[in-house]
Order: sequence, then C-alpha cells, then structure tokens
Amino acid sequence: MSGELQMTPLHAEHVALGGKMVPFAGFEMPVQYSTGITAEHRAVREAAGLFDVSHMGEFEIRGPEAEALVQKITVNDVTRVEVGQAQYSAMTLADGGIIDDLIVYRFADRFMLVVNASNRAKDWAWVTKHAGGMEVEIADRSDEYALLALQGPAAREILRPLSSVDPDSVGYYRFSEGRVAGVDAVISGTGYTGEDGFELYIAAGDASELWAALLEAGAPVGLIPAGLGARDSLRLEVGYALYGNDLDEEHTPLESALGWITRLDSGDFVGRDAIARQKEAGVPTRLVGLRLEARGFPRPGYPVVAEGRPVGRVTSGTVSPSLGEGIALARVEAGFHTAGTALAVEIRGKEVPAVVQRPPFYAEGSIRR
Amino acid sequence: MSDIPSDLLYSAEHEYLKKTEEPDVYVVGITDYAQGELGDVVFVELPSVGDSYEKMATFGTIEAVKAVSDLYSPVSGEVVEVNEGLEDDPSLVNSDPYGEGWMIKVRLADSAELSGLMDATAYATHVGD
Repeated sequence: MSGELQMTPLHAEHVALGGKMVPFAGFEMPVQYSTGITAEHRAVREAAGLFDVSHMGEFEIRGPEAEALVQKITVNDVTRVEVGQAQYSAMTLADGGIIDDLIVYRFADRFMLVVNASNRAKDWAWVTKHAGGMEVEIADRSDEYALLALQGPAAREILRPLSSVDPDSVGYYRFSEGRVAGVDAVISGTGYTGEDGFELYIAAGDASELWAALLEAGAPVGLIPAGLGARDSLRLEVGYALYGNDLDEEHTPLESALGWITRLDSGDFVGRDAIARQKEAGVPTRLVGLRLEARGFPRPGYPVVAEGRPVGRVTSGTVSPSLGEGIALARVEAGFHTAGTALAVEIRGKEVPAVVQRPPFYAEGSIRR
Repeated sequence: MSDIPSDLLYSAEHEYLKKTEEPDVYVVGITDYAQGELGDVVFVELPSVGDSYEKMATFGTIEAVKAVSDLYSPVSGEVVEVNEGLEDDPSLVNSDPYGEGWMIKVRLADSAELSGLMDATAYATHVGD
C-alpha cells in the first residue's frame, strides 16, 4: 500500500463520532467508534449497526455481450441470475487462483460487479483486458457510489418507514431500486454479518444525508454506527471469508471453501480448466473453520499443528464476542480438513487444542435466506 | 485526552503503580491511555500469587481484539494478590483501569526503584497529552 489514503464521503462523520481511523485497503476507515468493537458487535447481533462500506468498488458492464463477459470472468453461473437478483461469485486466474471474490448484480440494462477495495485496481485491469474485442461498455463507478450496510434484526423495521420499497419485498440476494430518506438507492438484501439486513448503494453526494437519517431513525431501537473491527468479528462468527486473509491468488476456490459457487458446467470461464484438473487430481489444501477448545486468541499466521508437525496456518481469527471462545479460519493440508478433526493452534509457543468445525460458528443470526 | 490520576506512579510501558494501605505493597494495572490504545480487552493472563518478577520482566499478557501485548513489571517484587475478577470480565480493564480493572498487587523488593517511575505530569508528557 503506498501513496495517500483515500477517504469515503463519510470521513467527517466518522471522525465526529469518535471513529478510530486506520488505513484499510487504501482508505482511511473507522476500525471502531467510541462505543468499542464489542459493543458494536453486540448491537448488530441484538438490534442493528450501520457500516460505511463505501470503499468497495463498483464496476458496470453493459452491451450485447455483457452477460458473456461476466460469464467468462466469473466462476459462478451468471445465466441463472434474474434481473433484480444478486450472486456471490469470484474471478480466477487461468491457473485457478482467486483474483477476488465479488457480488454480481443483474439490472435490466447492465451488470454491476461489487469488488473488494483492496483489489479494485487489479480487478479493473482484469475486466478491461477480457472486455477487449467484446461488444461491451465497461465503467468503474467506484468513486461515484457510496455504500451503507444496515445490518441486524432491527434493520428491516428501521428501513421500512424511510423506504419507498417495502423491505419485505426485497429477498435475500435480491435488490430493488427506490428511494430511502429521499435519496435514490439500490436496496440490496445482502450483508456480511449473518444478520438480516440491507446494503444501500447511493450516489456519493447523498451519503451524509442518508447516514444521518438512518442513525436518527434507528437510534430509538438501538442502532449505532459500527466499524471494521465489528465487521470482522461478525463475519468470522458466520465463517465468511475475507480476501487478503483467507482468499488469495495462490489458492483456488475449491481450496477456499468456495466450491459451492464454482460451476464447472457454466462454460469456459477463465480458470475453469485448471480448477477442473485440480478437482480431478485432488485438492491439496482446504480453508476450514476452527474452534479453540481452550482459551486463546488465534491470530493470522499462527501455525496449525497435528501429529507433532505444522499442517497449516490461521488465516483469520478472533475471540468470538457472541460465543466467548476462540474461532478461526485456517488453511490446512487436505486430510486434516474434515469436521471434527482434532488439531491445535500454536499460540506463542503453546499448543491450544482446536477442532475443525464447519461454519457458521454462530448460527443464531436473524439472516433470512 | 486520557485520564491520568495525580496520585499514581507510571512506567514508560503504560503500567501504573498505586499505593495500598500495606507498606511496600502496590497495585499494578495499565493506564487509561493504554487501554484506549489497545481497544477491547478479550482476556488477561496473570501470574500466580507468590511469583516474583524483576523490574521490566514480563508478568503477563493482555489480549485485545487488535493485538496481544506483554505486561511488564514496573518494579521488582513478589505478587501478593491477582485480580480474579478479570477472569470473568476482562472488559473491566477498559471500563475502569484504575479501579476494578487492576491486575496484580506487588510487594516491592527495592523501594528505591520507585524513583525511576514517572509522576502524572511526566506521564502526561510521555503520552503526548
């Protein structure tokens, strides 16, 4: 990471709310507000939290071959996605390594790809390269969009009186275009917390207005702003992977618990042959969930050991605020990846027993699939 | 701006020393500034009563969401009591660092070491307040 940090349109709001600003994916972002990570985490589990995730990138693809381009560069089958529907997917290199994970939205006249901020430049270069010679128009709209995530069991009730669209009509991984608090918005039934909730794509210039309106409307039911720290522990409790920690170019989707989005029968997408060959030959490593069976805080990079030798590494971890125990995602050698396998995490020279568990670790969330 | 009580002594590693009614026995904890920098404390590993530490030796660790930090003994001495309450509620370190969030009580081995610690004014300068 080099050069000056970017700011989202809500930077001043974060600072005014006591946000502890840290560099993240090239942006200066709040890791927490004055309430603290644990309180923000609990608010999302019990009421609602509001996240600024405007750092995410948004690419638009239009034209007669828009669908063909998306199908060519993503591992999931976009032909199964209807207008008004979103799909979790990934882009892979020719060797099958993951370039990024992303969400694909199908509008009547275009696709929108929502990518990780940390990968925006390389993703854009990749899309541009594969768009060459195709009948498509592509545009990087990242700077024009702000993105707010309203997450938690109370999210629906907070949104309802402000929205021109009935939140109950927006299904899981579905979206509608409407107005929220007088602002044009794409209202998407998505999130990264395991709770019911919505992500609102709006014009960057409308961000402050919507942020204030949501916080005001939600305050009586316990809505508070939540930062990256809570976002990380919330996503870990449900086992969602984070690019850069759990996902990278060195590993395929099959190695990264993303077999379920990888449709080898969805045509000749970039990376397909390599992934198919790996499936045939055997998948060498696996991303798994680990639950610690004694006290410990598993941090990225800590060795995972079995039979007296290292068999993997922690890629993300925390002490779950909801469960009070250490949880992690870890990359381990095949053979040590099945649920129930007894492993250990080496924490500063001490082996803490752990067991492979298929996420979610926290399954009580209000998410409506 | 963090809370820096005027009646305590401070180490450069952000531990404080507070007098007790017993001569040469001091309460050790981390400062309000330190808990603010660490963020939410998840658990604290403390020594056992009877353990002895040299000045600047690691007497425990503090796990916060963001990072793990060693706890350095600001003086040489013997642990005479540990705060069992932190086992159940480590967040006391965040909410009440100078009160319920204390860590250990130490019997000084050499009271001359106290002169190597900072008073509140010097500590405030140290943390840039």
